[in-house]
Amino acid sequence: MPNHIDTRRRVLTNRLVMGISTLSAMLGLAMLAWILGDVALKGIHAINWDFFTKLPPPPGETGGGLANAMLGTLLLTATAALIAVPFGVMAGTFLAEFGHGGRVAAVVRYVSDILVSAPSIVVGMCVYLLVVVPSGHFSGWAGALSLAVIMIPVVTRTTDEMLRLVPTEMREATLALGAPYWRMMLGVIYRAAAAGMTTGILLAVARVSGETAPLLFTALNSPYWLDGLNGPVANLTVTLFNYAMSPYDEWHTLAWGAALLITVSVLVLTGFSRIILGTRIR
Amino acid sequence: MAPDSTNNPSQNNPKDASSGESQATVEQTSPTRDTPVIGISPHKKMRKPYLEPSPTASSRVEKAKVSVRGLNFFYGDKQALTDNTLDIAHGKVTAFIGPSGCGKSTHIRSYNRMYDLYKGQRAEGEILLDGVNILSPGVSSLELRHRIGMIFQRPTPFPMTVFDNVAYGLRLRGRIPRSDLAGRVEEALKGAALWNEVKDDLHKPGAHLSGGQQQRLCIARAIAVEPEVILMDEPCSALDPIATGKIEELIDEFRGRYTVVIVTHNMQQAARVSDYTAFFFMGRVIEFGETEEIFTNPREEQTEAYITGRFG
Amino acid sequence: MPTTQSHTIRKFDEELTELKTRVLSLGGLVEKAIASSMQALLQQDTALAEQTIERDKAINALEVQCDDLTRSILVRRQPAAGDLRFIISTIKVVTDLERMGDLAAGIAEGFLRLGELPGTPQAGLATMSEMVQAQVARALDALSRGDIDLAMEVIARDTAIDELYHSAYREMLTYMLENPRKISSYIILSNIAKNLERIGDHATNICEMVIYIIRGHDIRHVDHEAAAALLKEG
Repeated sequence: MPNHIDTRRRVLTNRLVMGISTLSAMLGLAMLAWILGDVALKGIHAINWDFFTKLPPPPGETGGGLANAMLGTLLLTATAALIAVPFGVMAGTFLAEFGHGGRVAAVVRYVSDILVSAPSIVVGMCVYLLVVVPSGHFSGWAGALSLAVIMIPVVTRTTDEMLRLVPTEMREATLALGAPYWRMMLGVIYRAAAAGMTTGILLAVARVSGETAPLLFTALNSPYWLDGLNGPVANLTVTLFNYAMSPYDEWHTLAWGAALLITVSVLVLTGFSRIILGTRIR
Repeated sequence: MAPDSTNNPSQNNPKDASSGESQATVEQTSPTRDTPVIGISPHKKMRKPYLEPSPTASSRVEKAKVSVRGLNFFYGDKQALTDNTLDIAHGKVTAFIGPSGCGKSTHIRSYNRMYDLYKGQRAEGEILLDGVNILSPGVSSLELRHRIGMIFQRPTPFPMTVFDNVAYGLRLRGRIPRSDLAGRVEEALKGAALWNEVKDDLHKPGAHLSGGQQQRLCIARAIAVEPEVILMDEPCSALDPIATGKIEELIDEFRGRYTVVIVTHNMQQAARVSDYTAFFFMGRVIEFGETEEIFTNPREEQTEAYITGRFG
Repeated sequence: MPTTQSHTIRKFDEELTELKTRVLSLGGLVEKAIASSMQALLQQDTALAEQTIERDKAINALEVQCDDLTRSILVRRQPAAGDLRFIISTIKVVTDLERMGDLAAGIAEGFLRLGELPGTPQAGLATMSEMVQAQVARALDALSRGDIDLAMEVIARDTAIDELYHSAYREMLTYMLENPRKISSYIILSNIAKNLERIGDHATNICEMVIYIIRGHDIRHVDHEAAAALLKEG
């Protein structure tokens, strides 16, 4: 019967496609494992107590660490988050709640989509021209600002999406009880979207904590301990960039250590956000 | 119309198709009768043109809690309700039936001005709640919603505990001493016949209850603030028959205490739970009257066609 | 079908049509039973009388068939409005028809017990029989066509049958007084007249149900003028 032949061909095609797909997935995974393994193997040598507590050594000397850069990255990221999260959440709320079909909302949404995919070096250049040049010096503020600019669209869009995932009936049910709009947002809607929004924020933090380009022209780097955000601020990514380019083996080792540290923190942040998303939304 | 399709009784037509079949089994039918046309159609009385609301559409109810007069509703340029006029009887259950998209939900959603939430939606005419037109700009929609509760199609437990869900509306109305709050939450849960099932789980998330329990939780949340009117927009459409039965039982208990308006696609449900029924079609109230009357002897052809399952 | 629209569920339409057909077939059997029982009596035809009694079984069987179908429609279709009124009325009409069948069989049985007619009063019975048969035929026509005017006419004419029965009864009493030896025969004859009168009553009941089916008005215990007025106002 012709049906039989058909069926057999379908089964064969199915197996073929399944095979190719599995192979591709394996390839991707292998690449990832290779990169992670390489970074881990080479970076692990740099990880010791000094690495977390000491300043970088002068060229040619051994020992030392990247304590100043870690502190700087933490501070820059935190400052950026403090700027970006309220701003992004409010912008996202505007889009989801008040921007129904409005022109402003359409423009905001379009611009955030462009910003999300804008090369981060462009953001760095902009902040350089708008902040660093007028003020006459590199500064942590400029660095935090450029990181915030990268975070804002991510937070905005995730907030927007997550708020829009909350069923209309939830809003209506809250309002039907006589709740004013702001109490509905704070008491019910943000709570319903909390898991998704937190995930978005964590992902944004993870993203900027690995950024180098926007800091090159803004926070620059510094071999010294942190001294406020008004001057250049040491940070892991630019340090990694500089040290990897340097001719010194010790700096190379430290660069691998920095690479490992950044990779692990991004992994941890991403993992966290997945866990939150997995447990809270259901 | 019936008379045209039937022959004059003097014109004998014994071999007519439909009676011929039965002749085989049961000898012979009366030769003076042709195609049987008993009953089914009460069309003789239906002289009224299609879609025109009956002049008596606002049938006499004893005491109106809500009086709708000439309500028109617009989604932007599109008119969704045309000249709706009816009375919702105080302390009774009124059911709205009609095919999808006929305006039932739109109609009840204007009772608590839910449309305020959306741009481009507006209502014209009058909705009198105890004689006061709630569509007039002077009436605060927040206060209005304190007096008119609403239950939705899908259960909507808030992302918080069972207790906080029920307490939500109470807390909106200002600070309440902790002990009072607990008492009123318990009372509301008992009123929604949910207390026995959740009394040990008051501090678990509301979303962990079953679908039917969630809907009763929403009902408890609504009655906790003691509204005067409860609007139910297809409250059982997402529930199984047992859960539906429990909700219907509740509606029955609400009779006399609350004025209930229920939108339903299930005509048997309307017949079971309501005292009055309104039939909506294409944004108009085609017929309004006592439920028994509507389901045994509707005045309008459209109503008849819909409730007997003859809708095209 | 007289309806402008048919049911979304076609099977439902078929079942209703089938039920109507069965009820009218039952009506046809009953008409025939009445006619043959009276013919047996008036023409002294014992064989026909026995046949009539035998045929009552077919009527009973068809009654049960009608009820089965009615029950199944009630359970599975949850009829409403016009359909509901038709179903409720059918239950009653079928009972009326079955009773009419029993009464016709009763007439045939009475004749068999009577043996032969005790003289002259057949003329009155013959007139009554014709009138009752006409009433039954018209009642069934009214049912078949949903003709409320015809139904009202049948209801109005019932009085004439009642009067005819009373005069026949008085006549019979006179004969009993004149000829006491034949009292038992005359009692049987007056019972036959009573049966005819009751058949007429059942025909009236059917017509009342026709009005309920078509208009939703219950005129069973309303006097005739009031009922007519009610129907006029629509």
